[in-house]
Amino acid sequence: MRNIWTIAQKEYKAYFSSFTAYLFAFVMLLVVGVLTAESIVYSLSMFGQVPPPDVQVVIGPVMFLLVFASPAFTMRLISEEQRLGTIELLLTAPVRDAELVVGKWLGSFLMVLTLVSVTLIYPAALNLMTSPGIDQGPMISGYLGLLLVSAVFLSIGVAVSSLFSNQGASYIITFGVIVVFWWIFGILAQVGDGNPVMRFLDLASHFYDDMMQGVITLRGVVYYLCLTAGFLTLGTVSVETRRWR
Amino acid sequence: MIQVEGLTKDYGMRRAIDNLTFHAEKGEILGFLGPNGAGKTTTMRILCGYMPPTSGVAKVAGFDIMDQSLEVRKRVGYMPETVPLYPDMSVFEYLKFMADLRHLPDVEDRIDEVLEVVHMTDRSESLISSLSKGMRQRVGVAQAVIHKPEVLILDEPTIGLDPAQIVDVRNMIRELGKERTVLLSTHILSEAQQICDRVLIINKGRIAAEDTPERLQARLTGSGRVFLKVKGDEDGLEATVRKVSGVLTVYSEGDGAYEVGTVAGQDLRPEIARAVVKGGYDLLEISPVGMSLEDIFMQLTRDEPQPPAVSDEGFEEEHEQDSPETA
Repeated sequence: MRNIWTIAQKEYKAYFSSFTAYLFAFVMLLVVGVLTAESIVYSLSMFGQVPPPDVQVVIGPVMFLLVFASPAFTMRLISEEQRLGTIELLLTAPVRDAELVVGKWLGSFLMVLTLVSVTLIYPAALNLMTSPGIDQGPMISGYLGLLLVSAVFLSIGVAVSSLFSNQGASYIITFGVIVVFWWIFGILAQVGDGNPVMRFLDLASHFYDDMMQGVITLRGVVYYLCLTAGFLTLGTVSVETRRWR
Repeated sequence: MIQVEGLTKDYGMRRAIDNLTFHAEKGEILGFLGPNGAGKTTTMRILCGYMPPTSGVAKVAGFDIMDQSLEVRKRVGYMPETVPLYPDMSVFEYLKFMADLRHLPDVEDRIDEVLEVVHMTDRSESLISSLSKGMRQRVGVAQAVIHKPEVLILDEPTIGLDPAQIVDVRNMIRELGKERTVLLSTHILSEAQQICDRVLIINKGRIAAEDTPERLQARLTGSGRVFLKVKGDEDGLEATVRKVSGVLTVYSEGDGAYEVGTVAGQDLRPEIARAVVKGGYDLLEISPVGMSLEDIFMQLTRDEPQPPAVSDEGFEEEHEQDSPETA
């Protein structure tokens, strides 16, 4: 456990010592801020009143940005260790392969957690503008959904990054896998009469249809957690097999 | 401290190390000497638990490298050939990370101690990316000794350093080797001669010779090789010399010069001289060849078939032409 925390801390700090963290925070706050402001201005000018107490205007864009940002957060994690040769250091330190993989993932997750927390200023602003304030339910479930989906995305990224020493390759492949889970399954679910298996596999449906609407379903949460655990296991196996290559 | 028995590692079809057997005692500095690609790094990586061997057994500090890998890793300090550093960390941050991974108590005091050992106390806050090659090497050593390992494995610790830094690092290793087992690889012979208690010459994944540097030299100096030079026609000279009993090999060095390998411990110069003159050749020069460790190394690691230069107990003659490496 202690090793996981040591590695997670190191990764978390690394985001801030490079400009990655600041760049993403900047882009995210800018985009979400512009969209939020625009929706406020829109409802004020169209209806002459403050916007509806709905945080979807914040959560939607944050989610969309995370689809693209998550692979960027994870592309460095293990790929860079392989490129620098520091993987040799980690694999000869008394650290289990699983601890390494989970630590890396946790570092990136804490980073996303930080970024997502920063966007809470927008719901807070909306809350001030509306009376009696925003609807807390969808906000909590929506933010929980954001974090759960990020957990899955980041676990995909960590697993993929253990396969490549090239960060670009890590990004592209991670993004590809995310696209499959985020869009392709959703499209397949709508073919013909609708395929319930595909609909279940579709990461996005649990988010958009349930969590963003204020509904936390057990199967959605379990699915996200299982996927995360599954990809972290794959990542561990990949690091283990690396020793045999 | 280190016991290696029949260690073999294949990379696909290529055999990197072949049935290595050796051991190192506590407090011993064992030098691993060999040309590039001889299998030094592979062996070290296996001993550190970086990768498993294809077959064979190795124990480090009493723990099996396969079954008790974590225990081994706790007790080994390893510095790979390309010192693995995180360029955007400071020296202190880097050492703290390594110390935390090893669950050390009083991390800051220990970092101060190792920085003193490697003479880097004043650079603790420097970013690693701003350090010179020599300083990085020292940070690598600091990282390897931070947990006071029983076994220290250093892969080419002086490579790429300037002469002053080399002396520095060597002194440091000698100092560190006083209370722990050190396994270090190098392809610089004088280095092995200077710091190692024992040298293991490894070539094509096999041990070619093993002894103290002094004894290796003593055994071979002045025996076993004769320099021969003739003038003019030299057709058939090789065959003539080869017929002399005790001659094992004859290499032409061009221009009438030959190097004759003979069985150790006999001076065959009179016999060779007689045979050459009798054969009608104009003998210009005949002299024994003294061997430096350099020569021993060259001879042991040469591609051609070798004379059994060192035939003694503990020495394995491993000079087949059909090395598995070509497979």
